[in-house]
Amino acid sequence: MRKSLYTISENSLIASKTFKMVLEGEGFEEGEFVDIGIPGYFLRRPLSVCDWEEGRLTLVYKVVGEGTKVLSEMPVGGELEVLTGLGKGFDPEACRERALLVGGGLGVPPLLLLAKRLKAQGKQVTAVLGFNKADEIILAGEFRGICDEVLISTVDGSVGVKGFVTAAIAAEKPSYDFFYTCGPMVMMKVVCNALEGPGEASLEERMGCGAGFCYGCSIETKNGPRRVCKDGPVFKKEDLIW
Amino acid sequence: MVKDLSVDLCGVRLKNPVVPASGTFGFGLELAGDMDLNVLGGISLKGTTREARYGNPTPRIAECEGGMINSVGLQNPGIDVLVGEKVPALRKVYDGCVIANISGFSLDEYKECCAKADACEGIDILEVNVSCPNVHNGGMAFGTSAASAAEVTAAVKAVCRKPVFLKLSPNVADIVSIARACEDAGADGLTLVNTFLGMRIDIVRRKPVIANKMGGFSGRAIFPIALRMVYQVAHACRIPVMGCGGVATARDVVEMMMAGAAAVQVGAENIRNPFACPEIVAELPALMDELGINTLQEIIETV
Repeated sequence: MRKSLYTISENSLIASKTFKMVLEGEGFEEGEFVDIGIPGYFLRRPLSVCDWEEGRLTLVYKVVGEGTKVLSEMPVGGELEVLTGLGKGFDPEACRERALLVGGGLGVPPLLLLAKRLKAQGKQVTAVLGFNKADEIILAGEFRGICDEVLISTVDGSVGVKGFVTAAIAAEKPSYDFFYTCGPMVMMKVVCNALEGPGEASLEERMGCGAGFCYGCSIETKNGPRRVCKDGPVFKKEDLIW
Repeated sequence: MVKDLSVDLCGVRLKNPVVPASGTFGFGLELAGDMDLNVLGGISLKGTTREARYGNPTPRIAECEGGMINSVGLQNPGIDVLVGEKVPALRKVYDGCVIANISGFSLDEYKECCAKADACEGIDILEVNVSCPNVHNGGMAFGTSAASAAEVTAAVKAVCRKPVFLKLSPNVADIVSIARACEDAGADGLTLVNTFLGMRIDIVRRKPVIANKMGGFSGRAIFPIALRMVYQVAHACRIPVMGCGGVATARDVVEMMMAGAAAVQVGAENIRNPFACPEIVAELPALMDELGINTLQEIIETV
């Protein structure tokens, strides 16, 4: 874990209430998420890492409350204090040849970096991305540029398969030997129950410290209590109790 | 001039007065890879009970103006894991003062756990938590009356040779009378304050934010109240007080000490800034220089 100051180089609306923020700075430690200090708020806000390259961190977040609203109004050139190097992420090695990525809404961004890593290892990648409606779709172009196949589902049927991600999977029956999912808890529960074979899910929980020492985000697993921020957020499907 | 930051707590020498408060720093080990723990005067370990506990359901955390509410509910691996695994592992990387924080649901549980902590070589001081607001029929139930706080103190003192601090709740009508009762029952020191019982409601969902409805409020917002209680208790008792509540900066540490704290615990600030304690320790010498202080020990209870 490391605490560093980053400069906002982009903070733009890319979909309904959804922003892409690019931060530039030194001292990034690799991790599944970062914890951002927002001026005027006590606790940091954990945001998953969408992409990272040397000195450049990309986050995609949705305005869901006062803290993220303040974040969305921060100007380019502004500085943020960020904790990096947090969380245990997806394991691209767990997939032998063919990966299935299943993302819903704001669960889509962290799957982008995973898709890049899987492709770098020469694996076949199918991404199934689910949204409520057309104006909430994010990163579809980026995924199409990386993955072998990208399926979109929308609840209202405005784009792609009508229904949830499971409807798109049932319609196209993509082959895979390992799946990775991130999205609303109710979606991941359905995905983990519906999909055969091994997989990983990235959980969401209200966090305190974000670094594993306050025990504010503990969940029960089949291996006993685990901290979402430190032992996860990514857990194996078979370890989870829904 | 070289500054002397060290303080004495019942014969235990701390290299400085800065101690992460129980529950806000795990067992120290969680942060051993991120900082040099040895800059810390002491570490108060996560509250421990006889049996392992999962704690309360989530959400356990709520954001507030100037602080946060927690309702972790004493998640811990149990006293045997504390003395058998956590403390020996911490001792390999930490040479400062180790404070075991003990909670219980009965007098027998307090006694049994404290006796085990007392017998554990790596532990210097026991901190008996009679103030956890997040569990029923335990913790705070013992700390809200002078008679029951004294009863726990006497029971624990009978089985311990190491210094015993009682950690007190601010959710009481008269904290001084409870502090005095603990002192009269043999307490070697007092830690105050634990969190203030608080609550938030999600007005969209029309439900409490915290799964357990209420939790302990802490953070910068409580500093003036905590400081006032430390001042009152320190001036009413002869035993040392560890001041706790809303401490976030080196200036807060000095203020707490002037109010009467012999050492100062940092709690919620660690949650928002995991490096808060080492940063405060690093800031102290320059602040002492600014204020014309050469030895920190000499400012205790000077106001």
